[in-house]
Amino acid sequence: MGKRVLKRFLSALGTSFFVIIFNFFLFRILPGDLTTVIARSNTSPEVKQRLIEASGLDKPLMTQFGIYIKQLLHGDLGSAFYMYDNSSSVLEVIVGRIPNTVILLLTAEIIAIIIGMIIGTICAHKRATPLDTGLLSGSLVLYSMPTFWFAMLLIFIFCVNLRLFPTGGIYTAGTAYHGWMLIKDYLKHMALPSLCMGFAMVGCYAVTMRSTMIGILTEDYIQTARAKGFSTRYILLKHAIPNAMLPMATIIAMNIAFILGGAIQLETLFSWKGLGQLMYLALDKRDFPMLQGCFLISTLAVILANFIMDILYGFIDPRVKE
Amino acid sequence: MFSANRSEENIKRNLRKIKTRDFFKKLWANKMARTGIIIVCFFILMAIIGPILMPFKTTDIATTRDLVFNKPSAEHWLGTDNNGRDVLAYLVNGAKASLMVGIIATLISMCVGTIIGITAGYSGGWVDNLLMRVTDFFMVLPWLPFCMVLAAILGTSVWNIILVIGITGWTGTARVIRAQTLSVKEQQYVERTLSLGAGKIHIMLKHILPNVFPLVFSESILIISSSILTETALAFLGLGDPTNPSWGTMLNDAYSTGAMTNGAWWYFITPGVCVILVALGFTLMGYAFDEILNPKLQKK
Repeated sequence: MGKRVLKRFLSALGTSFFVIIFNFFLFRILPGDLTTVIARSNTSPEVKQRLIEASGLDKPLMTQFGIYIKQLLHGDLGSAFYMYDNSSSVLEVIVGRIPNTVILLLTAEIIAIIIGMIIGTICAHKRATPLDTGLLSGSLVLYSMPTFWFAMLLIFIFCVNLRLFPTGGIYTAGTAYHGWMLIKDYLKHMALPSLCMGFAMVGCYAVTMRSTMIGILTEDYIQTARAKGFSTRYILLKHAIPNAMLPMATIIAMNIAFILGGAIQLETLFSWKGLGQLMYLALDKRDFPMLQGCFLISTLAVILANFIMDILYGFIDPRVKE
Repeated sequence: MFSANRSEENIKRNLRKIKTRDFFKKLWANKMARTGIIIVCFFILMAIIGPILMPFKTTDIATTRDLVFNKPSAEHWLGTDNNGRDVLAYLVNGAKASLMVGIIATLISMCVGTIIGITAGYSGGWVDNLLMRVTDFFMVLPWLPFCMVLAAILGTSVWNIILVIGITGWTGTARVIRAQTLSVKEQQYVERTLSLGAGKIHIMLKHILPNVFPLVFSESILIISSSILTETALAFLGLGDPTNPSWGTMLNDAYSTGAMTNGAWWYFITPGVCVILVALGFTLMGYAFDEILNPKLQKK
């Protein structure tokens, strides 16, 4: 176990190293790099000069790379071009927004996994009945739906027409709640985005769960359990579902790189002050240091999440030991 | 000798024809595939004929206020938008960009994925190792942020968007194709061809590619829907080509002009429904192809 963890850790470290290098050259070598972007922007020559000097773009490429690595080792991602009185530390802004994104995504992920597994199990159990067809088609529609469009629909129905939920933000503006009231207000703002994000992911999990369960339900040990006279409920809960966890864990791990995309769309629509919205704002203003910082942090987060999933995998599947 | 060869080739060609006809028969008999094909054909027709029947310019702006956010009526079947433009015309004209980006981007990722998958699987050793490391690396990169960064750096013309989606979407294909190549490689006839003195490239092109092609095909059709969804998301985030409006651009317009708060449901619901239908159509086709072409699934 320890050896496996170490191996995975080294591999994750290696990938992170490549990401750091990639992140630097991506913004410096491609056509439309930082220098061009600054030249194209419609600010005064003084501001342009300040930006070029601040990003060290007047120095040779390898010197810039040296500075980038040195700054990174000191936990410095540079300062923003325009956003937040144009000299805020990128890292500080990003770190301040991470908790919101993590809370939102974790809630959504839990909602999606639970509902997806229930739907998938029902479909597999009632295979080829109208119920199966209906739920499967529903899942496929959810799967083919642009996340942000679903959010627009929900905002239109629940916020504009029914006025059940606030349209966006994290807290109600102009209030100074404390303690329980504060948490309640936060949850009220989070309900719609997390449900929306969760349902956007349900399709993928339900379809995977269904096909896995169909495979499992034809296995011999299920037949044996049936022959022994166990109830269907018992067989599903104790024999089938635990064995379906493995492919589900794989899909969940593969999805990590994708849910950040959903977070960008949803946080933008619900003005949820997280990493995704920050990235959208940075893109909108073409604030490249901020964009670069967000990209680096989100990629490293995916690597970390994959690493954690890998370790958990070892616990779920006793066969993975080596 | 020569004529014998000819007739042999004829028989082969006939066999292939029968196989193809058989394939299409099976396809049409499959409910999922039929639904998918009908949906996709409908939208392709819409993209080709639509712009001729309903000309549309993004710059057409109404001069009177009574045309703004009109409800669906006999004159404007799907109402009008904030500029008094006909929503149906916008919708019909958006089909072209959405489909074009989805299909061409998928062709790019299909080529990249197949080349990398076959090369890695067939070569083995350090080439395989290196290529799979690169694939893993691209898999870890969060897809939408990566697309956003690339599109922001390269600029937002339609071709750049196609390139961006194409070069980020090949990883899954590469892995699947590599696995399939590994199993095809072990077949005896490949070894025989090798012992007859065939070159590596010849084997990869003439023997491995035809065998993995069905898989490439069904995989690609599934990728088309995700490419279309990616394009929609990018356009919504303001990275669409303003001269080639797609359904994503339309949704971005609807959002930024307050269609939701103005109650103009016809403006933002319709493009979304189109995206879902097209993505669903391609997904259904992909699943059905998989079922027909994948011998493993047939046995079940």
